Amino acid sequence: MTEIFWLIPFIPAASTLILAVFGKKLPKKYVSFQACLAVFASFVISAISAVGLLQTAHGNYPLVKNLFSWIQAGSFQVNLSLMFDPLSAVMALVVSGVGFIIHVYSIGYMADDEGYTRYFTYLNLFTFSMLILVMASNLILMFVGWEGVGLCSYLLIGFWFEKHSAANAGKKAFIVNRIGDTGFLLGILFIFIHIGSGEFTAINEAISGGAISVGLATLIAILLFVGATGKSAQIPLYVWLPDAMEGPTPVSALIHAATMVTAGVYMVCRMNLLYTLSETAAQVVALVGAITAVYAATMALTQNDIKRVLAYSTISQIGYMFIGCGVGAYAAGMFHLYTHAFFKSLLFLAAGSVMHALSGEINMKKMGGLRKYLPLTYPTFLIGAIAIAGVPFFSGFFSKDAILTRAFAQGQYSAFYYFIWGLGIMGAVLTALYMFRLIFLTFHGEERLDPEVKKHIHESPKIMTIPLVILAFFSVGAGYIGLPVVLGEKLNFFGKFLEPVIKEVQEVHLSIQTEWMLIAIAAVVAFLGIFIAYVFYIRSPLIPRNLATRFPTIYKLMFNKYYVDEIYNAVFVKPTIKGSEIIYDNFDLKVIDGAVNGAATATGFAGKILSYFQSGLIKDYALIFLLGVIIFLAYLLF
Amino acid sequence: MIPPNYFLILSVVLFVLGAIAFFIKRDLITMFMSIEIMLNAANLAFITFARSANSPDGQIIVFFIITVAAAEAAVGLAIILLIFRQKKTIKSEDMKLMKG
Repeated sequence: MTEIFWLIPFIPAASTLILAVFGKKLPKKYVSFQACLAVFASFVISAISAVGLLQTAHGNYPLVKNLFSWIQAGSFQVNLSLMFDPLSAVMALVVSGVGFIIHVYSIGYMADDEGYTRYFTYLNLFTFSMLILVMASNLILMFVGWEGVGLCSYLLIGFWFEKHSAANAGKKAFIVNRIGDTGFLLGILFIFIHIGSGEFTAINEAISGGAISVGLATLIAILLFVGATGKSAQIPLYVWLPDAMEGPTPVSALIHAATMVTAGVYMVCRMNLLYTLSETAAQVVALVGAITAVYAATMALTQNDIKRVLAYSTISQIGYMFIGCGVGAYAAGMFHLYTHAFFKSLLFLAAGSVMHALSGEINMKKMGGLRKYLPLTYPTFLIGAIAIAGVPFFSGFFSKDAILTRAFAQGQYSAFYYFIWGLGIMGAVLTALYMFRLIFLTFHGEERLDPEVKKHIHESPKIMTIPLVILAFFSVGAGYIGLPVVLGEKLNFFGKFLEPVIKEVQEVHLSIQTEWMLIAIAAVVAFLGIFIAYVFYIRSPLIPRNLATRFPTIYKLMFNKYYVDEIYNAVFVKPTIKGSEIIYDNFDLKVIDGAVNGAATATGFAGKILSYFQSGLIKDYALIFLLGVIIFLAYLLF
Repeated sequence: MIPPNYFLILSVVLFVLGAIAFFIKRDLITMFMSIEIMLNAANLAFITFARSANSPDGQIIVFFIITVAAAEAAVGLAIILLIFRQKKTIKSEDMKLMKG
């Protein structure tokens, strides 16, 4: 049954086509039914194929289905071919599985929206692009998916395009991603120049065969990582993600939390041999990830917009995934990607449910005490928060612990990794702190609701709460397929599954005591964060206020997101616009328009002269005709 | 026998007369008739050359010219008639719609 895996991306594609062409004539109920069904079908095929993969002998990976030869020019060849191996399988399952739940949730969330059909068309298109991205067997096709999801992200951020801020946020996301994509494309070109093929199998063979030097590997790896920082919102290109919250909340959950933004992590894992070859590149990845993890977490601490807190949290969590990749724990990075997909989409959907209940309110200063009004949203939100905070026995704990343990273990080779580990621990405290700040501000404490809003407060319909419950279940349970090695080698099923794709370079062994100690530290850190949040926002809410007044500079810096948007605006955006205006005034208006207008004037002038001969009188024409004949005869005779 | 040059001279005279008439006359019907004279001058030249070269080619072309002239007369007169109906005039100076 595994052979039909190539159908996975094309079912949502077919659904997109139908919706795009006939969508306006179809009834709403049918539109959402078809959109959900298409994604569900993809999920079923992914699951069947993944089970088939488990039964296949390891040597037979990856399964490649070559659909047709797409570009052929000399020795340059690109095939439209898909592949299925454990890495693709994990991604395809996450994309179609979480995607399906979010599709269902959207039925309730978007029920009254005018752009209902358009929304589901885009959502299906996104699923198709994302599946192409994760199942492409070569870099070019992966880039097609990469750009496809970027386009869908743009379309869905700007979904309510009548709103000026939404349209701008869409543009910002698109342009910032372009910058990253330049690096990504350059990396692909270098690979084509030096390896001559974009097929992952060929690239891996070339790297293991020693075809490229370490220096070249560093260059390519860093260029590809530039692309990843754009798509996965890492320093310095993270600025688009918080603004992307202008889109509908299910979109934030699907694209800007669970799937698209993790594409960079997937890409790094896919090219793991390259990053293993170049230690410098891997260290850059780890460092960027670690700094982003802490940096974004500090910004999440001061935001009052419920979705923006979650957006910064996403940036921070993707930072963890990159730490995993950078320290060589690719499987752990993927594992965090997988658990994060559940609890972060749960958090977003629950936040969407809160907004739905409060007629679209997103400011946490106007919430508080909601737990009694939202009996189903509150516990699911709480489970998501506990999972992301890294409380033991929830999924986030296992994945984060796997990453940090590996980072600590790498410290045996270089103190640099202890530094990374330290940043990771710091980020973990902050994660628990900002998540529970969010919980306490939203669901506990005094009510700060607008009286007008309070009248209409209601729990969301079943179609929205059931997805929350399912995701909450996975947020708790998803971690149990990748238990820490210390509990037994065989229990790390997830790592074993990915082993054929992700070659473990150096087995690092820690003593059992150290491992237990690290697990204990991770647990303590999570509880510490929650405790601080409890003290700050429940017991004595004056402390954070005092802190803010005591250290106004730091607070202002964090509250204004370190002024990065302003700095980028002043350094990049304004000069670009100014420069463009100067060029427009001097070159476009004067040189180009001048040349065009000059040509038109010259032609007009010539026409004026010639039109003198066109008198409209037949005798004049006959006279010219006669003169012509005479001249012609004279020429013939003499 | 009359030498062919005589016929050619007559043809030239006829053509020049037709051309002069075309330029000095003002109404379309007369201009049209002068065109016919020029055509027939050409016919005469063709016949003369055909005879002196002892070849039927010239005669064939003359038949063509006569046929085309007949068709042209039909169309041309119809156009002139319509112009007259529209403008109540057939003076060529009054016709300058195509002035640039």
